[in-house]
Amino acid sequence: MSRTPFRTRYSAAGLLRQGLAGQTGWGEAWRAPAPKPRYDFVIIGGGGHGLATAYYLAKLHGANRVAVLEKGWIGGGNTGRNTTIVRSNYFFPESAALYDHALRLYEGLSQELNYNIMLSQRGVVTIAHSHHDMELMARSVNAMLINGIDVELLDAEGVHREIKIANRDPDARYPIHGGFVQRRGGIARHDAVAWGYARAADAMGVDIIQNCEVTGFRFDGARVVGVETSRGPIAAGRIGMAVSGHSGVLAAKAGFKLPIQSYALQAMVTEPVKPVLDTVILSGSTGIYCSQSDKGEMVFGAGLDLYPSYAQRGNLPVGQTIIAALLDMFPRFRTLKLLRQWAGIVDVCWDYSPLIGRSPVEGLYLNCGWGTGGFKAIPAGGWLLAHILATGQHHPISAPFDLNRFTTGRLIDEAAGAGIAH
Amino acid sequence: MLALPCPHCGTRDEAEFQFGGEPAIRPPSAVTDTVWADYVYMRSNEKGPHRELWCHAGGCGQWFVLTRDTATHAVLP
Repeated sequence: MSRTPFRTRYSAAGLLRQGLAGQTGWGEAWRAPAPKPRYDFVIIGGGGHGLATAYYLAKLHGANRVAVLEKGWIGGGNTGRNTTIVRSNYFFPESAALYDHALRLYEGLSQELNYNIMLSQRGVVTIAHSHHDMELMARSVNAMLINGIDVELLDAEGVHREIKIANRDPDARYPIHGGFVQRRGGIARHDAVAWGYARAADAMGVDIIQNCEVTGFRFDGARVVGVETSRGPIAAGRIGMAVSGHSGVLAAKAGFKLPIQSYALQAMVTEPVKPVLDTVILSGSTGIYCSQSDKGEMVFGAGLDLYPSYAQRGNLPVGQTIIAALLDMFPRFRTLKLLRQWAGIVDVCWDYSPLIGRSPVEGLYLNCGWGTGGFKAIPAGGWLLAHILATGQHHPISAPFDLNRFTTGRLIDEAAGAGIAH
Repeated sequence: MLALPCPHCGTRDEAEFQFGGEPAIRPPSAVTDTVWADYVYMRSNEKGPHRELWCHAGGCGQWFVLTRDTATHAVLP
């Protein structure tokens, strides 16, 4: 693979030079260009998926007239609002291929982007709370092993070896009965993923245009040939949309509907404390997922607020349920203070699997429907949308996730794999 | 916390209610797969005023249609 032509490569020597120079010589990490009248490819949405799409278009497909249009600032939507978990422990072969492609790309991303995304493969432990949970989990783990995913079934003691501070009380509302671990799973620095892709895409000539909202589409007959934006019209050869929670809003502007409902998904962090949790925990029964950030904060979340929302805030009843679930598993956390609570708007498909491929409108391509789990998929979502934009054809990994599955009935039901209480 | 107006019980907390989706009219059974998929799966998913079904599941069990602003959560008249 050719080297990305960064104006400044980040290195230990560069860091030392800047330290001695009082940090005065850092250049901009990406430009702030004015939009050109026409691009070969326009990507709507400057989150992780959109920026990754632009990067792979330039890097792998030689595209040199690419723009990313972002209505706010890059990485300011769900890319900056998630709980940063990466994993590929999915039940169906189609999903395992998709999410493991993402995880493999993540594993090489810091090197490839010359930007430390702080990938920490500390393992993801999923907990079973009853004999019945355990039987279903054994079946899931077998399916994952057949899919080629590195998972191990654990008994209760095995879980306690992984999570030293978990509740050992057999009379807990949700006692620990066992679990399974994916050791290649973990967390990554979410902002760094957006910034790393942005910087690398920019270095290859991609125009990243912030504060540029798409307000409509331009048609030539039935084909989309451009977008109307808050900064004027822009013509485009092909358009990709990667706008997560607002996919339905954008689809309406292009004249179609999607099998998606948008919900608020809450997350929270506590005050920072010394290291006590060195893995990621997930529980299907309580919906909770939690990890400790490098700063020491407990980062956690659980179920959706179960009605449509674009409000980017969670309501208290669900918030209370999330905190109760966390405290059931880690009673000692009840002394921690909550630092922040927020929500992102997630685009949930009926089968909890994403949509990648053609939209009902010619010239417009989809990357949406990631629902509650888009962050872990960023490299694959971008890689696959770039492939279909450049070639006009599905890659074999993305073909099962085409919109047409809702007409053929061949859904990929990952309600359990999504790991979020629905 | 949403406060939703049950037509039978009056205004109650969101914890008592279950969201029931966008109201739609079931097409006749002899339609194309596309028409059927449109009815079963496709949603307008509007940002702003949104017509939606709710059930007072933890109360009287009444189903009702409500218009709610999905950007602000305000219940609209």
